[in-house]
This record gives sequence, C-alpha cells and structure tokens, in this order.
Amino acid sequence: MVYELIVFLPLLGFLIAGLFGRQIGARNSEWVTTALLGVCALLSWIVFFSVALGGQQDAYVVPIANWFTSGKLAVAWSLRIDTQTAVMLVVVTTVSFLVHLYSWGYMHEDPCRPRFFAYLSLFTFAMLMLVTADNLVQMFFGWEGVGLASYLLIGFWYEKPSANAAAMKAFIVNRVGDFGFALGIFLVFRLTGSVSFEPIFAAAPGLAGKSIHLFGLNADALTFVCLLLFMGAMGKSAQFLLHTWLPDAMEGPTPVSALIHAATMVTAGVFMVARLSPLFSYAPTALSVVTIVGATTAIFAATVGLVQNDIKRVIAYSTCSQLGYMFVALGVGGYGIGIFHLFTHAFFKALLFLGAGSVIHAMHHEQDMRAMGGLKDDIPFTFWMMLIGTLALTGVGIPFTSLGFAGYVSKDAIIEASYASHTYGATYAFLCVVAAAALTSFYSWRLIFMTFFGHRGDWAVSLPAAARGHGDHAHGEHDYAAHESPTVMLVPLAALALGAALAGVAFRHWFIGGGSEGFWKGSLFIGPDNKILEEMESVPWLVSLLPTLMMLGGLVVAYYMYVVDKKAPARLAKGNPLLYRFLLNKWYFDELYDFLFVRPTFWLGRLFWKGGDGLVIDGLGPDGLSARVLDVTRNVVRLQTGYIYHYAFAMLIGVAAFATWYLFAGIH
Amino acid sequence: MQADAIFFWAFSTVLIASALAVILARNPVHSVLFLILAFVCAAGLFLLMGAEFLGMILIVVYVGAVAVLFLFVVMLLDVDFAELKQGFVQYLPIGGLIAICVAAELGYAAINWTRSPTASVPAAPSGMVSNTAALGQVLYTHYFYFFQAAGLILLTAMVGAIVLTLRHKEGVKRQSISDQVARTPATAVELRKVPSRAGI
Amino acid sequence: MEIGLTHYLTLAAILFTIGIAGIILNHKNIIVILMSVELILLAVNINFVAFSTRAGDLTGQVFALFILTVAAAEAAIGLAILVAYYRNRGSIAVEDIDALKG
Repeated sequence: MVYELIVFLPLLGFLIAGLFGRQIGARNSEWVTTALLGVCALLSWIVFFSVALGGQQDAYVVPIANWFTSGKLAVAWSLRIDTQTAVMLVVVTTVSFLVHLYSWGYMHEDPCRPRFFAYLSLFTFAMLMLVTADNLVQMFFGWEGVGLASYLLIGFWYEKPSANAAAMKAFIVNRVGDFGFALGIFLVFRLTGSVSFEPIFAAAPGLAGKSIHLFGLNADALTFVCLLLFMGAMGKSAQFLLHTWLPDAMEGPTPVSALIHAATMVTAGVFMVARLSPLFSYAPTALSVVTIVGATTAIFAATVGLVQNDIKRVIAYSTCSQLGYMFVALGVGGYGIGIFHLFTHAFFKALLFLGAGSVIHAMHHEQDMRAMGGLKDDIPFTFWMMLIGTLALTGVGIPFTSLGFAGYVSKDAIIEASYASHTYGATYAFLCVVAAAALTSFYSWRLIFMTFFGHRGDWAVSLPAAARGHGDHAHGEHDYAAHESPTVMLVPLAALALGAALAGVAFRHWFIGGGSEGFWKGSLFIGPDNKILEEMESVPWLVSLLPTLMMLGGLVVAYYMYVVDKKAPARLAKGNPLLYRFLLNKWYFDELYDFLFVRPTFWLGRLFWKGGDGLVIDGLGPDGLSARVLDVTRNVVRLQTGYIYHYAFAMLIGVAAFATWYLFAGIH
Repeated sequence: MQADAIFFWAFSTVLIASALAVILARNPVHSVLFLILAFVCAAGLFLLMGAEFLGMILIVVYVGAVAVLFLFVVMLLDVDFAELKQGFVQYLPIGGLIAICVAAELGYAAINWTRSPTASVPAAPSGMVSNTAALGQVLYTHYFYFFQAAGLILLTAMVGAIVLTLRHKEGVKRQSISDQVARTPATAVELRKVPSRAGI
Repeated sequence: MEIGLTHYLTLAAILFTIGIAGIILNHKNIIVILMSVELILLAVNINFVAFSTRAGDLTGQVFALFILTVAAAEAAIGLAILVAYYRNRGSIAVEDIDALKG
C-alpha cells in the first residue's frame, strides 16, 4: 500500500492542480501538490530505512494491473521495490518536495502557478514510475513521461520563442536516444522472450557470448543490446554527442533546472544502466563504451563550463560533467559507486541550482554573472549555502580518510576506481576524470568569486550592451539593492546543504564500503570477477591525494584570476581568441548538428512537401485534375461561338457523317 | 417530246434558278419574291405528278401565308442591302465540300434505291375519285391521330407567335372583357329623375 | 424522254443542297436562313410526292401535308422570334448574333 501511495500521490496532485487549478486558486494548488509530495517524501524515507537498511528480503514486486498482452508479450503494471529503488525514491521525492516548496517563493509573481505545480507533480509521478518499474516497457513509459514533463516545463514560459525552441530541442534530442532504447527493448524481447526484469536477469548469464546475425554481420548479442540501451541513456543523461539539449534547457524556470536537470531526469540514464547491471556485466565491450563516453563527457563539459557567463549554464555544464563521472563509475563495474555519486550529486547540484535561483531572484531575474559581484554582503545566507554546495562539488575533504563533504567521498571513489580498473578504456577515463576534477574546481570557484566577491560591476565592462534585464519576468531597472530571498526559499537550501555536507560521510559505508553487500542485496549485479570495490581501497597514495591536489590547484588559479588580478581573464581570452571562442561556442556542436542534421532534414521535408506533396500528389490529384479540366473546357468552349450558322454547319456535318456511315456500313 | 417532259424541264429549271437566287440575292425582298417563284414552280411540279390537292395547298399555304409572312417581316425589319461579307470566302471550301458530299450521297441513294419487300400498301381508294377525295378518305380514317396532332401543332404555333410578339402599347384603346362582363347595374346604370320637358 | 422517278429525286437532291448551302454560306441576315429551311422542306416534299406517285401509295402525300403544316408553324414561330430579337437588339446580321457564345 505504501508503495502505491508513493507512486500515485503525485499523480493525484497533478490531476487536482491541472484540472481544477483555476477553480481552487493558485495558493491551494501549491498547498495540495506540496503537501502530497511531503507525504511521499516521508513515506520514501520510511521505505528506505525499512527496505535498504532493514533486514528485508531482496526485492519484492507489487503488482498493480495488467497492461496488455499480445502473443508472447505480456506487459503488466507492477512496482519493483529493492534497494536501488529505495535509494532513487528518496532522491526523487526529497528533491521534488524541496523544489515544490522553493517554487512557492520563486514563482510567486507568476500568473500560471497551478499549471507549474501540476507539471512538477506530473514529472515526479513519471519519474517514480520509471524507478519503480518492473519491466522495460513500464520503464519506457516513465522515460517518455519525464521527457514530456521536461518539454512542458522547459517551455513553461511559452510566449518566449527561445523557450519553445529549447523545449523542442530537448524533446527531439531525447527522441534520438529513445529510438535506441526502444530498439534495445525489442532486441531484449527477441532474445529472452520477455520484457520483465526477473526473466531477463535470469536469462542474462545464458546469453553471454551468444551472437546474433544482423545485416550480414555477426555481433555479440548482449553487447549490441547494451549499446542500444545505452544510446537511450546517452540521450536522457546528456552524454557526449547527445548533450546539446541540456544547456538550452536552462530556459526553463530555475526550480525546473534543479529538479529535472540536476537531480532526477538526467540521472535516469545512470539509473537505467545500473538497474540493468546484470545485462551489462556480461557485455564488457559495452561497459568500455560506457566508460569512454562518460569520460569524454566529463572532460568536454568541464572545458566548456570554464568560459560560460550565464550562471545557470555553468551549473548545467557541471551537471553534464558529473553525469560523465557517474557513467565512468558504472563502466568500470562500480555500480554502487555510480549510484552513490548520483545520490550525493542530487543534493549538492540541486543546492547549487536553487542557490543560483536565489541569486537570480535577488538580482531581479538577471542571470549574467558579469552583472553581479559583491553579493556576499547582500545575501549572506545564500552565499554560505552556495559555498557549501561548491565545497561538496569540488570535493573538499581530508585526504586519506573518508571524511569530507559529499562530493569528496563519491568523486574520490570514482577516481580511485577508474585507476584500479582493468576495463579497456579505464586509463583514459582516469586521466579524463582527474583533469576534469581540476577544471571543475576552477569553474566552480570562478562562479563563487565572480558572483559573491569583489564589487558590483567589476565584470560589467565585458557585458554586451544589449544584455540588460533579460528573462520574461524582468523588472526593467537594474542596480537594485539585492535582497535576500524569502524564508520559503531558504529552507530548502538549508535542507539540501545538510545533505551536501553530511550525506557522503553518513552513507559511504552502506553504498560502497563494507556494508554494501548487505545494503544492495543483489539489486546491483556484482559479477564474480567484479572486485572493484576491494581494488579501489588499494591504490597508491598519490592517486588518493590527486583529487585534493586538483581541487586546490583549481581554487588557487581561480582565486588569482578572479580576486587578485581581475584583468587576467580578459587578457587570457584576448591572447587565445580561437580557443576562447571554441570553448565559448560549446566546441561548435550546435553548428555542426545544424549543418549535419537540421538542415538536411529541413531540405528533405521541403522536398517532400513542395515536390512530393505539392507537385506529385496534388498535381496528379486534385490540382492536376482541376487544371486539366479547365484546359479541356477552355478548348471545348471555343465550339460555342454563338453563331447560328456555325451550329447549323455542325449539324450538317453530323447529318453528312451519319448518312455516309449509313450508306457504307450496310443497310439491313 | 412529250408535254410532260417540256413542262417538267421548264418548271425544274426555273425552280433551281430561283432557289439559287433566293440565297444569292442582295436585296432580301428579292429573296422572298424568288422564294415565291420557287413555290409556284414546285406547285406546278406537283400538278404534273398528279397530286393536285397538294399543289393547290402549296400555293394557298406556302405562298399565300408563309411567304407573305416573310415579306411582312422583311419589310417590318429595317434590313439593309448587305454586301457579301468577308467570311464567305473563308467557309466556301469546306461548305462546298460538305454540300457536294451530301448531294453525291443523295444522288447515289436516288439511283440505287429499292423498295422494301415488307412495306405495306394501304388499299387504294375504291373507284376513280379525285386526288382530293382520295386524300380525304385516307386522312380522316387511317391518319386521324396525326391529323389532330397537326391541329395541335398549329394551335401551339399560333399561341407561341402571339406570346412572343404581342406588346401592349400605351395610349391604345382596348377592351377589357373581364371588366365588361363583371359590370353590375350599380355601376352601369344611373337612374335620374327627369322633369317633363326639361331633359337631362 | 420519259420523266421517271429518278429525275424528281435528283431535282429534290439539288434543291436540298442549295438549301444547305444557303444556311452555311449566308452571312447577310437570318431571314435567308429561314428561307433556306423552307427550300429544304420543299425538296423533301417533292421527294415524298414523287415516291407516293410512283408507289401508288397515298401515305407520301399525307405526310407531305403534315410537313407543310409543320413548316408553316415553324416559319411563324421563327419569324416571331426574329421580330422579338430585332426589337431588343436592333440588328439581324448573322455575325452580330453571338449572345450564346460560351
């Protein structure tokens, strides 16, 4: 009963706020949805403690209803509750509840509040369906549901054309990934005869090494399946090549960015790979691909985040980079490490986003960092919260121990695991994540220094003249005295800060430490060769020290460039214009995709529309027919001269022809 | 040469000549007059053939009514002497060709016709009667319905001609029969007391 | 020479052709067309009477009588139409009558 409540209460909130929002009023919509989610969050923590930390059995399935049956394919609605589910339930419902609460303050002046809260609850429902799914089709339902909710929320301010474009971009890029995901589901069904997890996991060892015949090639079946499924994860989690939608998704309101594009939706890909760990463990090639893609994403996103000027974009690229870290962890076999990083990342990234939202709210919806400066004294609470988040993100802790802020514990684990792993591509991954750690530290501290230190207007010289008061809800004038956000926005920050600081230390033992066997209880498949958790402990001391060194290096450089010598960034940018522009324009990926995919698609569409539809179908069909009819009648009309003697003449010719025919065709 | 032949050739020649004159004459009044001449010649031919009733009827109806009607209309409408318009030459070849075709076919038919063996011949009228009486004996018995239908056609034509051309002019004194018939003593008669030796 | 049926038929054929030529080649006025129609009907009458005489069958003459009737009716109506048209348009030149032009 508890599980059904957790999953379906947000749906109830969506229906109430969505259908009756106008009748019950905005305030009541807020109350209803947030209260329902509060109940969900509470129940999720209870479930977490009873299922994950308690002594329950491995996993139980709560059937709800039958969905459809078609031949051999039988799909049902049912919830699967195991440790992995419990972890995700906690993450999703807690962050969602806090975001709901935060939105009371952030969206206070918005006239469409019921719709916003309805969409937030819809998203939560879809995400919960995703994580509690017991079969691939139900997971796909949740997958698509979060994609839909993401589209609705990114395009929430739908009068802005850039928001509409960003929403469509997110949906379409996700679609590309979903295409691979769907193919993967089909192939799984083909290979195992079922889409439910239990039968699939049971069949997985038997499929190892089997090959399928495709397009004249022999491919390893499980590798192919896992690569297809990973394609879906790449799309949803904005990995390299399918990442272009994530920065543009910042067009949505900041609470949306915090909930969807930091803590929950983008982690669905990570969750999916971890959930399907039994399959992936038997496909080492796929795991290597996962590792390499994740590492590339980590370093790529970090480089782009170095030079961005929009506060939300920096954090978005940081998210992208950290997702890469999670995939690296999964790829080297450390499924628990990946989920642990997901868990901690949810806290500190949501904190950073909500804090950025607080800054934006204080700056009256100004998002460009070059217009900020010196906010430490104006909004001190926000400053301390963001500081905690940054400490967590960059991984500040005491080396050689497990004591530190949340990010320290989980990121450290990833770096050590990638060093220790023997998976193909692990060394490349190790180098990438270490370099990315340094870059992460740099841009995170850059954000803090630019926003909170110095004085307002320190960086304004580089601000383009037109970039004033953007955002749909800007108040017009600038240079207000920035004021602290209302309490309803600060309480979630504090709650998340608590998690960001302590979650690492508190939960390490269960997720990746000695108690992990008893914690995960088989919900993550640890194959017999997978000893990564032990090997991780025995890496050289330099490797353990490396993350801290990288963090300090980044901090020092950022401090120098953004506090001591404020002219240095401009000098550096002017000195390397090509590199600067390359990074600023996100490695020109958008332009590349526009050239490769968007333009040919438009060309093809226009071809089919004008040429195919217009010329061929209309030409042969209605338009062509009517034109031909007009032609023929125009010529026939010439016979109607109106002159009687022409008509008489025609009659005469008829008579003569008739007589001739009668005479020569034989008279009987 | 028999008298028959002479008369036939005479009548035929004049008939053909006047027919040509009908279509080629410039003055439309001349055309009508030539048409009358053609009808008279045709009547003569009918007499030669022994159909005297038809010949006389031709004179009475065609010449006496139809051609006179033509004459009336020609004089009613203000018709000019029309010059041969340009289009004549344009249509001459094709028109002439068609006409010659038709004539050739008619000639062919004329020379090569045979009587159908199944055609029935109504009984010849008894005794030697005149053509008129013979026609009457056949017309009012075997062809009675056609006769009545012809009467109806004439009725229709008469009504149609009146409908097309009748117009009421202003200032013309006319009778209104319905008003006359609907007259009551109250409106028609007025009683006056007339004193003797006074008058009205 | 013996005047036979053929002579009459040939005569009728020539008359018929002249009538048709009158219709096609006429550009002066409508009345000539109506007169050409009368010529055609006359030709047909001659044909009927010729056959009737030859066959000893009065049917031909009866039919010729009816043709006469119809021709008279048609001439009357045709001229009535012509008069009505002239009253409205003021011209009976054949080229000017193209109101039925499609």
